[in-house]
Amino acid sequence: MAAAAVALLVGAAVIVSLLLFRDIDAVVTREVAAALENEAASYRLLVGEKGESALAEIVERRDRAVAGGVQILTESSGRRIAGNLERIPAAFAEHPLGAAFQYRPANASATSSGEMRRALGILIRLPDGGSLVLGRDIEVQIAATTRIRMTVFLAFASLALAGLAAGYAASRRVLQRVEAVGATARSIMAGDMRRRIPLSGTGDEIDGLSIDLNRMLDRIDQLMAGLREVSDNIAHDLKTPLNRLRNRAEAALRDASGEMALRDGLQHTIEEADELIKVFNAMLLIARLEAGALQGTTEQLDVSDLARNVAELYEPVAEEAGLRLLVDIADGQTIEANRHLIGQAIANLIDNAIKYSVAHASAAKGAESRRATFIRVGVVADGRDNVAVMIADDGPGIAAADRERVLRRFVRLEQSRSLPGTGLGLSLVAAVARLHHGTVRLEDNEPGLKVTLTLPRASPP
Amino acid sequence: MRVLVIEDDRETAAFLHKSLKESGHAPETAGDGESGLAMARDGGFDVLIVDRMLPALDGLALVKTLRAEGDRTPVLFLSALGDVDDKVKGLRAGGDDYLTKPYAYTELLARIEALARRTTPEEQATRYVVGDLVLDRLAHRVTRGGESIPLQPREYRLLEYLMRHAGQVVTRTMLLENVWDYHFDPQTNVIDVHVSRLRSKIDKAFSTPLLHTVRGAGYMIRDGNA
Repeated sequence: MAAAAVALLVGAAVIVSLLLFRDIDAVVTREVAAALENEAASYRLLVGEKGESALAEIVERRDRAVAGGVQILTESSGRRIAGNLERIPAAFAEHPLGAAFQYRPANASATSSGEMRRALGILIRLPDGGSLVLGRDIEVQIAATTRIRMTVFLAFASLALAGLAAGYAASRRVLQRVEAVGATARSIMAGDMRRRIPLSGTGDEIDGLSIDLNRMLDRIDQLMAGLREVSDNIAHDLKTPLNRLRNRAEAALRDASGEMALRDGLQHTIEEADELIKVFNAMLLIARLEAGALQGTTEQLDVSDLARNVAELYEPVAEEAGLRLLVDIADGQTIEANRHLIGQAIANLIDNAIKYSVAHASAAKGAESRRATFIRVGVVADGRDNVAVMIADDGPGIAAADRERVLRRFVRLEQSRSLPGTGLGLSLVAAVARLHHGTVRLEDNEPGLKVTLTLPRASPP
Repeated sequence: MRVLVIEDDRETAAFLHKSLKESGHAPETAGDGESGLAMARDGGFDVLIVDRMLPALDGLALVKTLRAEGDRTPVLFLSALGDVDDKVKGLRAGGDDYLTKPYAYTELLARIEALARRTTPEEQATRYVVGDLVLDRLAHRVTRGGESIPLQPREYRLLEYLMRHAGQVVTRTMLLENVWDYHFDPQTNVIDVHVSRLRSKIDKAFSTPLLHTVRGAGYMIRDGNA
């Protein structure tokens, strides 16, 4: 990666310098050529006035007076008449108008040595057949362009290197943090579910991503914990009734007192099996709710209507249990929800309120055991966006410390273990609420328990 | 009545075949969707019991095909898929009822008997009569021995459903689904309390009970002397 970046930058530097240098060369060449053309034009005027003999003088004067001047005047035979070149440079054979050529200064003392030097020149054919070459030494210009080239190249190269270094430093920092994410992921895969991605505290995008990932890990952790809890509880809450079922069947088989006993035993076995199926269905439903989404199963649901109907369904049961079922429902509260699930949730809450209306046995330590006298089913608007369904009673209630716990799967408080039930009723309510992006809250009804199911009117996408 | 059981699990099919026979019906079985469809096309069945997941042709497609051909034989779906939308899919495909495995045989029996009855014109009757109990659907009035019995709207609908299926077992789930339109588990036996309330109104003051509890199954309304 790094090598490729360096190669790319160097390549760019070379291309830029080449473009620049070509331009510089062109500019220099054009300028020199233009100056020489001007000079030639002025000589042409002079020759017109004084005749061609004046040319030799001019060339000689140029020899003497013009620094860097390179020139030669020849007869038609090619013999030199004047000038500091020995002969017309061969380059003009190919480029008769103007050419770059090399020459050896005739007057070695004027320059330090007899080295070849570079010049630009133009060739003028004279009317008598002779030729005139006017040229200029361009060693100085070449030296200047070379210096410019060097400067530009160095500037560009150092700029490129600095950029590369800065980029490397920045990406190294990012890479280090990506590596931190990777390290966390690896240690989680190795089994350390408690590890989280460290944050830099700068609140940048990587921190934002890390926070999201950490939240996701928390959620996974939660689900795993739930799963662990379920498998622990399955051992107890499914194996116990399974064992009971088996015992019953066995006992019925052993019972020798006749067909009636056998029938009775089988009847009970079936009842036990039905209970197990109920637990199973509830478990599956919760699992499905926790894994799934509601897509396509919701409708515009009149909760007021539904709550009133479910309350009506339970009203005789409540009455039999000696409870007044009070209905305090605001009309026309609608939400986007699954009718069956919300119905099940409300049913579970009312059912619980009836079932646990009396504190059992060892339950209330200190306080004498309370008996509920009423259950209130309420539906109200909760702000503009939510609807609250409340089921409240004045029964024994649930101790503050236990309120969170009872929402979990299979959690049954000591005092209720003896009662029929799966320990899944409230978990199902919680799962239904979560699926609808709502909440379940358990509060002290002073006295009693108040459960509030808050549901958004419009389910978020 | 003639019942066609289309079920690929042999044990289940055999159990249903035996049980239905014992209940006085004439069952036949098919082990996959294609042979099931062929048998159903031959006709003459009063009810089809169709498993949702079948080899060769699945239950939904089978029933859709039958319905497209104009066959109106009542269909009860059996399925291990118990989601509400699975039920909806089953009913949309042309099924008349849906039962989730595991189920009680009494529940299945009650439902197919109710389905078979549904095709008879009795449903459109304006008056249901059981013994001296009369439910007048036009006047929304219930009388027994000529005496008017005032009922709550829900009690009326409960009685109406029971009387429509007079002489048949009606299970608690059937009542919950058809009288209350609830497809969820009400935990406690709320239905029992409603039925006992209704019973106290229609039976209490009379010597012959009409509304009977069928142990392990549900309820049945019938004339005691019949």
